[in-house]
Amino acid sequence: MSDTPMTMAKALNEGLRKAMERDPKVVIMGEDVGKLGGVFRITDGLQKDFGEDRVIDTPLAESGIIGTAVGLAIRGYRPVCEIQFDGFVFPGFDQIVNQVAKFHNRSAGLVKMPITIRIPSGGGIGAVEHHSESVETYFAHTAGLKVVACSNPSDAYWMIQDAVADDDPVIFIEPKRLYHAAKADIADAPTALYQARVVRPGQHVTVVGYGGTMSTLLESAKVAAEDGIELEVIDLRSVSPLDIATVIESVQRTGRLVVVHEAPQSFGIGAEIAARVTEQAFYSLEAPVLRVTGYDTPYPPSRLEHEWLPNLDRVLDAVDKALEF
Amino acid sequence: MSEHVHAVHPEPDMVQLLTPEGQRVDNPDYPLDISDDEIAGFYRDLVLVRRIDTEAIALQRQGELGLWASLLGQEAAQIGAGRALRQHDMAFPTYREHGVAWCRNVDPLTLLGLFRGTNLGGFDPREHNFNLYTIVIGAQTLHAAGYAMGVIRDGAVGTGDPTRDTAVLAFFGDGASSQGDVNESFVWAAAGNLPVVFFCQNNQWAISEPVERQSRVPLYRRASGFGFPGVRVDGNDVLASYAVTRRALDDARNAQGPTLIEAYTYRMNPHTTNDDPRRYQLGSERETWKLKDPIERVRAYLTREAKLGPDFFDDVEQEARKLAEHIRSGCRELPDPTPESVFDDVYVTMPDELREQRTDFTEFVAEVSA
Repeated sequence: MSDTPMTMAKALNEGLRKAMERDPKVVIMGEDVGKLGGVFRITDGLQKDFGEDRVIDTPLAESGIIGTAVGLAIRGYRPVCEIQFDGFVFPGFDQIVNQVAKFHNRSAGLVKMPITIRIPSGGGIGAVEHHSESVETYFAHTAGLKVVACSNPSDAYWMIQDAVADDDPVIFIEPKRLYHAAKADIADAPTALYQARVVRPGQHVTVVGYGGTMSTLLESAKVAAEDGIELEVIDLRSVSPLDIATVIESVQRTGRLVVVHEAPQSFGIGAEIAARVTEQAFYSLEAPVLRVTGYDTPYPPSRLEHEWLPNLDRVLDAVDKALEF
Repeated sequence: MSEHVHAVHPEPDMVQLLTPEGQRVDNPDYPLDISDDEIAGFYRDLVLVRRIDTEAIALQRQGELGLWASLLGQEAAQIGAGRALRQHDMAFPTYREHGVAWCRNVDPLTLLGLFRGTNLGGFDPREHNFNLYTIVIGAQTLHAAGYAMGVIRDGAVGTGDPTRDTAVLAFFGDGASSQGDVNESFVWAAAGNLPVVFFCQNNQWAISEPVERQSRVPLYRRASGFGFPGVRVDGNDVLASYAVTRRALDDARNAQGPTLIEAYTYRMNPHTTNDDPRRYQLGSERETWKLKDPIERVRAYLTREAKLGPDFFDDVEQEARKLAEHIRSGCRELPDPTPESVFDDVYVTMPDELREQRTDFTEFVAEVSA
């Protein structure tokens, strides 16, 4: 699409711009999204170009941001809410779970809630507490919501546009530590929003992740390859709905599966994938499905986060265990 | 026994245009030029919505509804507010605004599905500009604020064109006034000068908690801290409720921003059919409020001042009986949802895994019932 490689932050910005150009009912709302362009500059320049009515600096109250987005949606708008940091989404949790997620159902399908809720997520940036959470599991557990996570600039550019265009509410997880990581080219065409992608083929162990863990998985695959172990790396891209077919197809070839996420382990996405793979590909498995995740603790002080987060060593250790089983 | 903080204004300073005895009184701030025919129309509304309520309670007692939230005592507040709306205005109710629904031409049967358990709302709020009932206390006030943001963006405020300018009316109760969402909606409305009117029915009780548990100032005074006008109205006076709401809605449509109305009234029935007020309420309080009945005062006025005879009242009674029959038979005929319909409309685009769950579920149900 573009000859100029760009960061994920810029790709999201460009994607939002396209979404706003395409549909005049798209409004962006959140804290500091106007003149400042958001604390991560994802909405940089949009208020200048689209005006204060379409890029709205809201009062500082997350329930208010989501609740008013519901009202705007009833009136026919297509709000894109920015939650400033993952840990700040919880004051808006009630409106997301009880109202955004259920409204279409409660209205017998007569009213749509085409709301996108962007959440800069995850750790690895040395932040203070409440700024490094992985919140996707809460929302994936709620009927009526879809939950996706981008992991690279090209996906970010296309996925944000598809999320905004979706008539269902979408929780859009943005791994903040990748915002300003390596620049990349933008693909000419998108991969379907709710489809997983095999980002590196391999025959020994399937390794599945999404969002912020993807860079770690690709690095792990490179290192493993030096020892002759070929990891098949899958980027889920969407955690709900879950493209389990792509995972199953891979596991049927490799027989081994490691699931990686930053969110705490218990009752998480990894558990769900393990259950579905066990149900659908039991006889293909040569080893138990293993998980490399955040621990069941509060997110640690930042000096500890690199040990706490799924990192290269932890992923390779799990790969070894899967192979040795 | 716990000590009460009796800080709420004991002598409510409120707008009243029709006394409990049925005397018209003037208020220079709220002039009301209204014909006796119109007042007779209000009377009809009041009687009919009380009958809707009576029938619904009876249906609950007979096991036809799982629950009902009675509006008894609050008819005037709701009819006054509801009749002040114009067709293109939007109302955001709690779960007790059966009287407002009536004013919006929502068939009472439409409301029963939620309480019978045949649906979770099941109608399009835009059809009658009346939102789905909202059970999470206060959540709808933010929806109202957001809707009002949309109204502004649609250029439907302050144009001077009465067919275009639009106001939003958000209902909530004294208990909800403590909710963060209600306070956030006040912030949004004030900061954005939104065309929204907040209509708080202070019925004195949030289930078992008296209003003193929510506030040490009269609720309408909360508005001043947010930067917009607040007014207390006699919520048992349909004329005052109408006049005060009409003016607030006019202000909203004319880009004058929000108003908080506190309709001072009383919940004459339990919170819902599941509640037992004998555990927390004095019977004498209810007896006092009975003397301020919202319907009796209009009847007294119409009899004494408008000289309406028994024919009028008989006609209204006749109409109420017909409506009751419509509700009784209609409620029993509300179709039960099919098991597989639980999967409908969860998403606009149903994910594959949900489709698979639906298949499993329907096959299983078919197998067990075979």
